[in-house]
Amino acid sequence: MENKENDRLNLDHTWYTTKFSKKYTERKPYAAPVPGHIYSFIPGTVMEVLVGVGDTVNEGDDIIILDAMKMKNRIKSHVSGTVTAVNVKEGERVAKGVIIAEIS
Amino acid sequence: MALDKKIRELKEKREKMLLGGGEEAIGKQKAMGKNTARERILAILDPGSFNEYDMFVEHDARDFGMDKKQLPSDGVAIGTGTVHGKPVAIYAQDFTVAGGSLGLMHSRKITKIMDHALKMRIPLIGINDSGGARIQEGVNSLAGYGEIFFRNTISSGVIPQISVILGPCAGGAVYSPALTDFVFVVDNISKMFITGPEVIKTVLGEEISMEALGGARVHCETSGNAHFFSSSEEECFSQIKRLISLVPRNNEVGAVITDPAPPDSSYDIDSIVPGDPTLPYDVKDVIRAVADNSDFFEIQEMYARNMVIGFGRMGGRTVGFVANQPMEMAGVLDVDSSDKAARFIRYCDAFNIPLITFVDLPGYLPGIDQEHAGVIRHGAKVLYSYSEATVPKLTVILRKAYGGGYIAMSSRHLRADFVFAWPTAEIAVMGPEGAANIIFRKEITSAADPDEVRRQKVEEYKEKFANPYVAASRGYVDAVIEPSETRRLLLHGLEVSENKHVQMPAKKHGIPPF
Repeated sequence: MENKENDRLNLDHTWYTTKFSKKYTERKPYAAPVPGHIYSFIPGTVMEVLVGVGDTVNEGDDIIILDAMKMKNRIKSHVSGTVTAVNVKEGERVAKGVIIAEIS
Repeated sequence: MALDKKIRELKEKREKMLLGGGEEAIGKQKAMGKNTARERILAILDPGSFNEYDMFVEHDARDFGMDKKQLPSDGVAIGTGTVHGKPVAIYAQDFTVAGGSLGLMHSRKITKIMDHALKMRIPLIGINDSGGARIQEGVNSLAGYGEIFFRNTISSGVIPQISVILGPCAGGAVYSPALTDFVFVVDNISKMFITGPEVIKTVLGEEISMEALGGARVHCETSGNAHFFSSSEEECFSQIKRLISLVPRNNEVGAVITDPAPPDSSYDIDSIVPGDPTLPYDVKDVIRAVADNSDFFEIQEMYARNMVIGFGRMGGRTVGFVANQPMEMAGVLDVDSSDKAARFIRYCDAFNIPLITFVDLPGYLPGIDQEHAGVIRHGAKVLYSYSEATVPKLTVILRKAYGGGYIAMSSRHLRADFVFAWPTAEIAVMGPEGAANIIFRKEITSAADPDEVRRQKVEEYKEKFANPYVAASRGYVDAVIEPSETRRLLLHGLEVSENKHVQMPAKKHGIPPF
């Protein structure tokens, strides 16, 4: 494969012509985490949704119960605030890293 | 009179050196919420025990106008002292002197105290607060780093090595902490990275703050590079002292033995683990329910929380606890938790600290990300380190022990010395649902009511295999015990194993999957 125009890497203020690995090219750009977003940390099935839009939650409160790896995992809020969105329903299968709920 | 004058002269010289980079630089250091290098040393060591060496060392760099620059103590303080009455070697980089930059003589001071530590078989504490290589000294500065890394490596497993990051630690400098046993960081003060935000912006166009890139929290939660998080330097110093009190001085002597003390009676060990295997609980309560004084000194508390590791005492002797945490990620083994446990197991083995393992895990975490991140290789580290460890290994299976997870978590097959199981234990090749679906696939799919047949078969399997007695019938479990008997049996097991002796095949070294 020919080197593309963009396969150039700057190290210590010097440009080097090179070939990028697939892993490097396909990497996701960094996005700062949003504090009010509650993510699924493991893929699983939503057993229970414990909050609704408009509810007030405190840090450490359970948001949903996620059945995964033979365990009823409690996904907790790491912030205090008001629930502005709940993006999952009971019985729904969710992947890892999905925004389950949003709190502001 | 002449003598008086000479003593006065010495005192003046010393005072000048102790002032480091001068009042103004010290003021800046303080404004950042940081102590000076020597204040830090004094705060860690027993009062009056610090003896400083090489105070008058000077650099001899000539290029770029360096010949006209005086750098007090060449920007680092070294010495020996005691912590809890036991000797340690220590160095602290002084950010007030040329940003704590590392030149040749600076590095020679550090390697001098490292050589002492290794020769005397005493712990080494390194306090990092440096802008990095002293560019003006060129390759000499790199040589200095290399000499430090080499010593870190050959001292590994012989003496405890502790790194304290109290300021920037960037570029190649980060590899010294990375090679040591334990890394301490302080919120808003510690910064560790290979390349800083500026370079990342130039190369990738991605913007990130120093704190978000390599702050204390990031290294404790995300990268796993640091082991102990604190919100102030003072808190950090007391953590260091606690750690020193728990670990042996070197790999040839045991840790200090204290008076045995029962656990806090408020921990009711019989009611910690829920009967329903799908309900979570805090496995640290089990550890506290058996440890002396219910004291548990957790390591990497914020990283890979599905695995819990740390030190405690049993009958006055230091032990290492390893436990799956059902409360986090269902207690699965994954890339990060395997890595975390394996390194700790090897630490304990190197320093003759018995291992106590509490098992409750559903297995390895399924996922494309896990497979692509090399969970095969990382998971193998747990098997490797448990198998290789010759210290007393005691295992208690609390609840689930399925599949590869069962084997990995200090099973009999990896030469655990004692394997106990609670009556709630489920030791099986896989969970009942999965197993029933495979074994009775034909019966289930051909049935008029597949769901009902599946339910029945799951029940049947649960009844027959989801218990500790199948494993006990093969001798894989030595005893099925009541939770309340756990501490007594662990203490007994440790006592019996005190002179444990196993001979491993002679080799230069193994090749662990790292």
